[in-house]
Formats: sequence, structure tokens, C-alpha cells
Amino acid sequence: MAKRTIIPIGPYHALQEEPEFFKLHVEGETVVHLDIELGYNHRGIEKLSESKDFEETIFLVERICGICSTSHPLACVQAIEDAGEVDVPERALFIRSVVAELERIHSHLLWLGLAGHFLGFNTIWMWSWRFREDVLNVLEVITGNRNHYGMMKPGGVRHDILVEDVPTILKLLDGLKGPVEMFRAAVMEDPLLQARTLGVGVLTREQAISYGALGPTARASGVDIDVRRDHPHAIYGQVDWNVITRESGDVFDKAVVRILEMFESIRIIEQCLEKLKTTIGPIDSNPKQIKPGEGVGHYEAPRGEVFHYIRSDGSNRPARHKVRAPSFMNVPTNRETVIGGTVADATIILAAVDPCYCCTERMAVALDCRSGERLWGADELVRLSTEKTKRLGKEIGWVGPELPFGQ
Amino acid sequence: MNRDDTIERIREALGKRLLDFERKTSSRIFLEVAPDTVPDVSRLMFEEIEARLQTASGVDTRDAIEILYHWALDRLDCVVTVRTRLDRHNPEIESITPVCVAAEWVEREMWELLGIRFRNHPDLRHLLLDDDWPAGKFPLRRDYEEG
Repeated sequence: MAKRTIIPIGPYHALQEEPEFFKLHVEGETVVHLDIELGYNHRGIEKLSESKDFEETIFLVERICGICSTSHPLACVQAIEDAGEVDVPERALFIRSVVAELERIHSHLLWLGLAGHFLGFNTIWMWSWRFREDVLNVLEVITGNRNHYGMMKPGGVRHDILVEDVPTILKLLDGLKGPVEMFRAAVMEDPLLQARTLGVGVLTREQAISYGALGPTARASGVDIDVRRDHPHAIYGQVDWNVITRESGDVFDKAVVRILEMFESIRIIEQCLEKLKTTIGPIDSNPKQIKPGEGVGHYEAPRGEVFHYIRSDGSNRPARHKVRAPSFMNVPTNRETVIGGTVADATIILAAVDPCYCCTERMAVALDCRSGERLWGADELVRLSTEKTKRLGKEIGWVGPELPFGQ
Repeated sequence: MNRDDTIERIREALGKRLLDFERKTSSRIFLEVAPDTVPDVSRLMFEEIEARLQTASGVDTRDAIEILYHWALDRLDCVVTVRTRLDRHNPEIESITPVCVAAEWVEREMWELLGIRFRNHPDLRHLLLDDDWPAGKFPLRRDYEEG
């Protein structure tokens, strides 16, 4: 029997730039067991929320994550509105969706870049982050900020989208279509990328359902769920768009779902901007008090459903505030997908669920001072993964996708 | 099966075990059952109704410890919340992880933050708090004091 070795990755997450601790138990090259430890980034936000009033709570949850910095506030205001039976003007709903879909595009581009990097395709990384800048610029035009937009509030939004800004936004969106199509072709049609991702890290439909997997992680496994369509909120019921699903549940399909979703997001935003022309009115119902009660708010963030539960006792603060981010459900699925694969593939499989990237990468190769055991760093794992890509490339005589964007 | 039929089916299946039923809005249902009934309701929701366990919220109300299991009926635009109340001095309940693995982490979280013991949980250990966290200190309890 092969000797079992434990490869500790973390506690600062080797690849997702978020503190988590993965212990890969390996026999030879094969991963035979995975242990996941978290809590390194636990900030007690649910408890803290009980000391904030309903308006302040939104700013608090906005800081749960830098990437999903509009998904948490959106789910939270919906929970408050559900608890307190607050109406929201239609114009505000359109604006909410515009900001939320822009967030989805920049989040997916960010993931795509990192996935490219982990596989050794640094050109994809650089180009997708370059176009992500354009999305952040649009967000800056609309909200004044590249991240942490401060747009959501119970009863509406804080800023209107100005008529004079619409052409700028449309132009930037239009300029995104070519690059997204290029990424689609680069990923879906490239033989080397397929060799690295097809059939790798498969999550079956049954596993996805039992783990309660969410977002692209579930949809790539043929679980046809999307809160935007299934529990219509904001204006998703009023615009024309499609939920993207794939069947095989491997890393390839997870990438494809995210790339195709960016096209749908662009469609949604364009329709919202069109409807904003005729939907004139207030952007905030300005509720003075939240009635006692309890409410549930959920929203389809880039990684899947964000869930907030709020209980109000009639005071100006939540009596209880429960938050569940999509990664809480998606990360445990790694137990199914990583086991049986090789260490070189573990890198991209762990990254494929797109655990929230909210912190700076702080991983280093180091020795555990207690056991003297060697901790594996991000660089080392990425190197293993990159070497595998090069090896496969030689075998099939292909160097990877060309990205003909010009300069 | 449409939304009203599904909700009626849940009510019928629970019969007298349903302690309270509130249809807050057309898409928000709140049910209450005794702690002993929770595994049965969970099986009903997950296996028969094919609902998705979104998460569970533990709440210390000062009189009791409440657990709210939130089940999404995707396609029917409905969230069914199953509430149960536990004795605050001895909060203990059967784990539903054997029914639905999606509950595994959130039960660990409620165990460490609220001190709810989940019987037959496959892996009840710290999730968010440090392994050295003092026993009997539950940060989401109303009477928790730091230090």
C-alpha cells in the first residue's frame, strides 16, 4: 500500500486568496481524502449586525466580500423589505439589477483570469483582467466606486442612473462583447485547455443536489436553478434572458457556464437601461420604520444564492441576522471532486467552485514550526499545474489559445 | 404540482404534528413543529417535495433556542421555513445531516455558536471558532459575555 502523506494547503488559502485550510491526503500522486478547515476570516458579522441600525447593516454586509459587494447588500435589503413589508419603486429595481449584473461580469472575468493563471495560461489572465477594468470603470461611472458601491438601501437605491451616463455605459458594454466572445472561443475550442479540464473534478448532479450546491457549480452539473428566475425579484421577471446549464459537472463546464453567463448579463443590463428611459419615478420609498416580523432575502450572486434572514422586533436594529454565502455550500463539494484526482489537478478543481476572493494572496511556502512539516505554497501548486499543462501540450503538439486582440 | 398544492401536501403529511402555520406572503411560508418531528419534516421536504435546504438559522430568543430550517421550492417561487423550539437549558435535537448532507456545516456552526447538540451528527467539531475555544461559551447566546 502506498504511503499516505498529508499536504497542508493554508491556512491562508493557496489559490483562492482567502484564508481556508485544505488538507490533501495523498497516496503517491492521488488525492485520497480532503479535510477542510475554515474560520480564519470569521469576523462575527451576524452578531455585529445586531448592534447596527437597518441602514448601517447594509454597509456592514457590503464589507463581507469585496467581490460580492453588491450581492450581500441586495439580499439583505430584500430580507429587511420582506420582514417589514416595504415596497420598492420600479425604477430602483432596474438600477439594482444593472449594478448586480455588472458585478457578475467583473467577478466572472476575475475568476477566468485566475483559472487561466492556475493552468499556466497567463495571457488569459492578463487579458481578462484588462477587460475587467472596463467593467469596473462602468461601475465607477454609475456608483462613484470601483467596488463597495454603496447603492442598496431598504426601500430602494441611493443613486439614480443619470440619462447622460447611459451612452457611456452602453459603449463600454458594447466593447465587452468582442473580448467575451474571444474568451469563449479560447476556452471552448482550445485542445490543450480541454485536455486539462474535460472530465476533471466532476461533480455529479446527485452530489450537487445533496450538498445543496449553488450557482455555476450546480448549473454545470445539470442542476437547473437560478434564484433570479426561480424566485423573481428585482426585475428579472421583466427582461429576456436565459439560465445557462451544462451537464457534465467538470471544470470545463464550470468555466463554460460562467463565460456564457456574461453574455446574458450584458443582455440584461442593456434591457434594463432601455426600460429606465420610460420608467420614471422615485428611486427610494424611504421607509421610516421596519415593522416587527421576520423575512428572507436571497439573490443569485456570481457564485450562487446569497441568503439573508432578518428578524425585526420593531426597533431600528435587527434582532437576529443570519447570513449564508454561496461558498458555504459550494466549498464542501470539493470533497467529492478532488478525491481520486492528482495533486496537479487539485489546484484547478479547488479553484473551479470560485470560492469568494476577498482578501489579498498571502500564502507562502513555509515550515510548520510545530511539526517541521513543509507547507505547500501557491507558487508550488501553480507550478505543478503549469508543468502538467506543458507536458500535455507537448503530447498533443499545441501551445494553447492565441488571443488575437491586437495590442 | 403548483405552489398551493405543494403547500397543502406538506400540511396534510404533517397533520396534527403541525403546531403552527403562517402564510406570510404568497411566497413565504412559516411552519412550526416539535423538535422530534424535524427529521421527518426534513425527509419529507428533501426526498418527497425535492426542496433545497438553503440553510438553517439558530436564534436565541431568551425563552428558547429556535432553529429555522429554510427550504427553497425552486420553480415554485417559495421559501418554506420550518421552525422548532428547543429548551434553552438543554438544547438538543437530532441531526438532519444523515438526511441531507447540505446541513453538515450549518449544524456544526449552530453547535459552536449557540450550543445546540446535534445527535448523530457525523462530524460535530468546530467549524468557525478555534479548536481551543473554551467549552460552554456560545457567542450567539444572549447572555454571552466576552472574556
